[in-house]
Amino acid sequence: MAIRVQTQDFDAGLEIKLLRNARKDTGAVVSFIGQVRDLNEGDKVSQLTLEHYPGMTEKALEAIVTKAQSRWDIFDATVIHRVGTLQPTDQIVLVAVSSAHRGEAFKACEFIMDYLKTEAPFWKKEVTDSGERWIDAKHTDDNARERWLE
Amino acid sequence: MKIKILYFARLKETLKFSTEDLELPDDAFASSLTILKLKAYLAKRNETWQQMLMGKLKVRGAINHELVDDNAPIADGDEVAFFPPVTGG
Repeated sequence: MAIRVQTQDFDAGLEIKLLRNARKDTGAVVSFIGQVRDLNEGDKVSQLTLEHYPGMTEKALEAIVTKAQSRWDIFDATVIHRVGTLQPTDQIVLVAVSSAHRGEAFKACEFIMDYLKTEAPFWKKEVTDSGERWIDAKHTDDNARERWLE
Repeated sequence: MKIKILYFARLKETLKFSTEDLELPDDAFASSLTILKLKAYLAKRNETWQQMLMGKLKVRGAINHELVDDNAPIADGDEVAFFPPVTGG
């Protein structure tokens, strides 16, 4: 498992390659990239700042990946999340999961993202034409996580 | 008892506090301290604290880097954190 919280950008292609080459019985790598949008709730966004809780963030991400590993037969997972100030189209997060077959990796990747959205201590603040504002948590994200409890 | 408290995001900005060390007398209040009791105690500082910790805003708590609910007990030496619902990803 590789968990990284960093200000600098990442190379998703390289991270996927590392997972692909780690074992020769790997048949699937599923990845998700989240990026900064220039529009939120109808307002133009020029900048996004991400704050986190150093110490807790890494532990929370590790716990989420461990949960996914106990639920699906996956080989490995990489989670990279950026913090600091970002611009529209900048990458924010990468989740990549390897497994023998696609089904397990698809499910685990979505599970990790849904839990990351609701349990990992990150907070977004955006700059729009009318100034700075903290982004509120969305119920749709809570609902996305709830699905996995069924 | 002595605990460390951290504040994040909107809470940190509005309360103008990112971290503090809090010392409480070792009485019945301290020995039965929970996240909710600590919020109520801090909320007595002034109107802003009241609004941020006991108002409409949902505040989540963590003890020693674990997300917990309002009834979670706090012990001597714990690191407690208060923050709004998370919005990463």
